[in-house]
Amino acid sequence: MKCECCSKTEATIHLTQVIEGEVKKLNLCQDCAQKNGIDLNSPISITDVLLGLGNQDESSLPKSDLSEFDLSCSQCQMTRAEFKKRARLGCPECYNAFMGELSAITMAMHHSRQHVGKIPARQGNEARTTAQIAALQKDIEIAIAKEQYEVAAGLRDKIRKLREEIPQSAAEEKSHDA
Amino acid sequence: MTLDDMVQRHGSWLESGVGEGPVVSSRIRLARNVDEYCFPGWASEEDNHAVWKQIEELFTSMNGDFISWGMTDTPELDREILFERHLISQELAQQDDSCGVFVSADECLSIMVNEEDHIRIQSLQSGLNLQAAWKAANEIDDKLEASLTYAFSPKLGYLTSCPSNVGTGLRASVMLHLPGLVLMEEMDPVINGISKIGLAVRGMWGEGTEAAGNMFQVSNQITLGRREDEIIAHLEQIVLELIDHETNARKRLMEEKSIIVEDHISRAFGILSHARLISSGEALNLLSTLRLGLDLGMVHELSRKELDMLFISIQPAHLQKLENKTLQPEERDVVRAEMLREYMKRAREG
Repeated sequence: MKCECCSKTEATIHLTQVIEGEVKKLNLCQDCAQKNGIDLNSPISITDVLLGLGNQDESSLPKSDLSEFDLSCSQCQMTRAEFKKRARLGCPECYNAFMGELSAITMAMHHSRQHVGKIPARQGNEARTTAQIAALQKDIEIAIAKEQYEVAAGLRDKIRKLREEIPQSAAEEKSHDA
Repeated sequence: MTLDDMVQRHGSWLESGVGEGPVVSSRIRLARNVDEYCFPGWASEEDNHAVWKQIEELFTSMNGDFISWGMTDTPELDREILFERHLISQELAQQDDSCGVFVSADECLSIMVNEEDHIRIQSLQSGLNLQAAWKAANEIDDKLEASLTYAFSPKLGYLTSCPSNVGTGLRASVMLHLPGLVLMEEMDPVINGISKIGLAVRGMWGEGTEAAGNMFQVSNQITLGRREDEIIAHLEQIVLELIDHETNARKRLMEEKSIIVEDHISRAFGILSHARLISSGEALNLLSTLRLGLDLGMVHELSRKELDMLFISIQPAHLQKLENKTLQPEERDVVRAEMLREYMKRAREG
């Protein structure tokens, strides 16, 4: 495969970018990658890669209609453009403000959208129950893969019961996600 | 305890040497942020100061055996020492106001404040010992959380400045010495293979096959959608496979090129015992060769612990601290060679 930038040299660097939630593949040769600010000698931050080509000049980035009205976080006033430039969020609320964009990024990075790990002790039962449900859903997938349908059914009943414990607003959000 | 005391000894994560061979140490890192505040890189100086003060008070009240270094009052050389000892990141060493680190007396725990996230808990253990490292990190995390409200969402878990850490905020990593795979020219396929399964391999000093000292760090990349124990178990399993590959590579190396390996090891000993000028890159590579010799039973004069400590104490800031003066790179090469010569002499005399 030839480099998509110079079309001369064999492409040895293969990047996957997510732009506006769309996954784009980019194949470059070593020279062009370096010219585009991808430092091969330093660990590439996956966030930088997913948000665009690192230090690349803003003006050469593909223009999109969305960038016209720049979304910003109501809490810390970080704009979408700033987030893309820095590849770091401004505050916890940014996760809500840039949800659309982040959803695609987290999916590409972690292949998941749901936390199933540790929950801070003081965060209340809601988080705990949501996590428990997510863990059980994973177990169901495993049970189905092993064709243990009775086990899966038992787990499904457990999930139903747990869902009843979640306050209405959270449950609605859950069903909306599904 | 001061840094002057510290450089005379090693962190206890180099102490016991659990497991022989390629594994040097295991590390767990947890990223946490305090709710209601912007992340450090975007926050106002006042907010960062408030977070720093809050956490400083917390550590004072905990009465734990923690030593603190606020970066504002820490001279550049001391910051470099903390970095060379793996207690802070290069990023924190270069920052100034309202940030710093709390280090346990045995150097197994370090908590960076206001680096990329408000809190970065790091737990180090010698050998392949991720479980113990996780236990210690988890405990200090619980203690901090008893007084702080973390930024957390039921859906995305612990919210971090960079989305690559969101979820568990957990980065588990193992430092490995892989000269066999490098010498057999099998490191590149290993790096490629590992990056396909959600893990990353990095050279400790330099990248890929150019990694000085053949020291590599393998870590998880995925932090969301997996439990901490799953992330740790997965990494552990891959590390065990890597150890097998390395052992295998060393075996073939000895079958195919034993005289060359023996020659390398003897030369490393010779250069370290007699050279008058050694750069840190050369020293790392020679020490790596000795470490391989030790594993293969060809070197008896030094222990693995002593060697692993030398990897740290030959670095620029440590040399300057031990000499108690600023040294230019050329001067450092002289001092480094001298220190290694004396070390080798003592080792030979047993």
